[in-house]
Amino acid sequence: MHPSSMRTKKSAGRMVADEPLWLRVLLISLAFAVIGFLILIPLAYVFKQAFANGWNGFVKNLWHDADTRHSIWLTMTVAPLAVLFNTIFGLAAAWTITRFKFPGRTLLTTLLDIPFAISPVVVGLMFVLLFGMQGYVGPTLREWGIKVIYSWPGLVLATTFVTLPFVARELIPLMESLGDEEEVAAVSLGANPWQLFWRITLPNIKWGLVYGIIQCNARAIGEFGAVYVVSGHIAGETDTMPLRVEKLFQEYNNPGSYAVASILTLMALATLLGKYVLEQYIARQMAADTEE
Amino acid sequence: MSISIRKITKQFGDFVALKDVSLEVHSGSLLALLGPSGSGKTTLLRIIAGLEQADSGNILVQDEDVSGLSARDREVGFVFQHYALFKHMNVFENIAFGLRVRRIADAEVRTRVNELLHLVRLEGLGNRYPSELSGGQRQRVALARALAVKPRLLLLDEPFGALDAKVRQELRTWLRKLHEEMHVTTVFVTHDQEEAFEVADQVVVMRQGHIEQSGTPQDVFDHPATPFVMDFLGHVNVFHGRVESGQMHLHGFAVDYPEYQHVESRNATAYVRPHEVELNRTPTGENSLPVRVVHVNPAGPVTRVRLISDTFGAALNVDLSPGRYRELGLRPGDEVFATPKHVRVFLPDDYVI
Repeated sequence: MHPSSMRTKKSAGRMVADEPLWLRVLLISLAFAVIGFLILIPLAYVFKQAFANGWNGFVKNLWHDADTRHSIWLTMTVAPLAVLFNTIFGLAAAWTITRFKFPGRTLLTTLLDIPFAISPVVVGLMFVLLFGMQGYVGPTLREWGIKVIYSWPGLVLATTFVTLPFVARELIPLMESLGDEEEVAAVSLGANPWQLFWRITLPNIKWGLVYGIIQCNARAIGEFGAVYVVSGHIAGETDTMPLRVEKLFQEYNNPGSYAVASILTLMALATLLGKYVLEQYIARQMAADTEE
Repeated sequence: MSISIRKITKQFGDFVALKDVSLEVHSGSLLALLGPSGSGKTTLLRIIAGLEQADSGNILVQDEDVSGLSARDREVGFVFQHYALFKHMNVFENIAFGLRVRRIADAEVRTRVNELLHLVRLEGLGNRYPSELSGGQRQRVALARALAVKPRLLLLDEPFGALDAKVRQELRTWLRKLHEEMHVTTVFVTHDQEEAFEVADQVVVMRQGHIEQSGTPQDVFDHPATPFVMDFLGHVNVFHGRVESGQMHLHGFAVDYPEYQHVESRNATAYVRPHEVELNRTPTGENSLPVRVVHVNPAGPVTRVRLISDTFGAALNVDLSPGRYRELGLRPGDEVFATPKHVRVFLPDDYVI
């Protein structure tokens, strides 16, 4: 950027770059066009298609189809379970990493990002290799009556794996920056580890935790690739909502497919809304604190 | 509750924080651990509290070995430099915390907390949150919180370091009064010599992981055991010279030093406090050094005069009472005579200012 070609002037305390008007209009229009074309229009289309047969058609597709009902139920149980496991894991991992010094600590923090890096299909394959009938652990588990692949435990496992880092990655920098002084003070006053966690740590991290859970939940609901491989895609048994959308689409049942898709979209939008509201709340809290 | 610190050693990686440190703290006394950064004073405090584990050595409280006990079990009240108040709890709940984790009945908690709020002069502020308090108020809450569980020992880590000068002064006086009322054995860490002297019964000067000297403030100031102690406590003028046959020679005059009677001459360093130098317009005997006034700082309870000896290139700082300063009528450039009244001589170890 050459200072000479960019005159800056202050207006009402803001620095406004004095680039040509046409350029600004073009860039802003471009931004809106991209968002509109790639995001808003397709989303609107989903809802349009979902209601192609009117409201009754919509409800019929969702409620009167047993397999679709099952897929909704399955998503509503698998996702929360995955979120629960990852919340517990995230808390434990964040606590260990930020409150203890041990060799391999940085390595562990890096390893936490692996679920993000691996393609979900590869994740699914990994679990099939481990727990499938030709796998290492599969036959043994089968003897004990536990079926993982092509069954709901596999779904939970795969979903948990791909959403593993969310809570931990939210909590680690938060707990790092909070420091452990309050916790040390609590210990010196006689708190046992449980009291320490509930009374001191948790209240301080609660917003970061909620944020992490929201993100984890959003991803868990929408997971496709890993679940696809692990589930065997059995309609009415192991199809979660995303898988159901794909199956209905394959069967040329567009209204049905879009109906389920629209519910998934609503869930995603609700998550975004929750995230937005939380961010606003925290920003207001911080502004209030700094005014003190 | 007396504290007995026996041969404590602590290392952090390659850094030796404490080396074989031993100390006795009398029951009910107020002791200051004084020293520069890195001297090990905070580490020692934390080891007493149980917040750190020593590599070797023991801590005994009232003759009971607490070295194996966790911080929770030692019944020690700890006050942090930055208060470490629980941000999400109000003042009342902060103070009540130690009682609540012991599952003490609500009514009793209420009584005790109100007692403490009264003690620290914060009645009526129980509902406020830490972010709504001033620094001085926060520190008083931290103290009340530590005292709530009736600890056997009270430990403070640079408790007034984060406060401004006036508040620090008030809280020092207040801590002293509190100690006189409560008689809990108290140990506090500070790098401020004035603070240590004003508050403590006993001062322990530390440096690089070991104790240089321990004694009453008067003892340590008037009879410093090492050059470091002398230099750390208050200002000091340093002169280099030689000792020989019971005398120290420096800058054209000699002082008696009977501790060194050998004929063979050795390097030595002499230390003189600024208020232990007399200034006169005429020489007053053999040990008067001709000096020239360079700068006068009359502001404050003492007048600080900076002088220089042109012959020897030695600078000298002298503190005069305002009365004496007015008597002499000193101006920069004046030629006067300096007579050191009390010279302490140290034969060199590795210590250099």
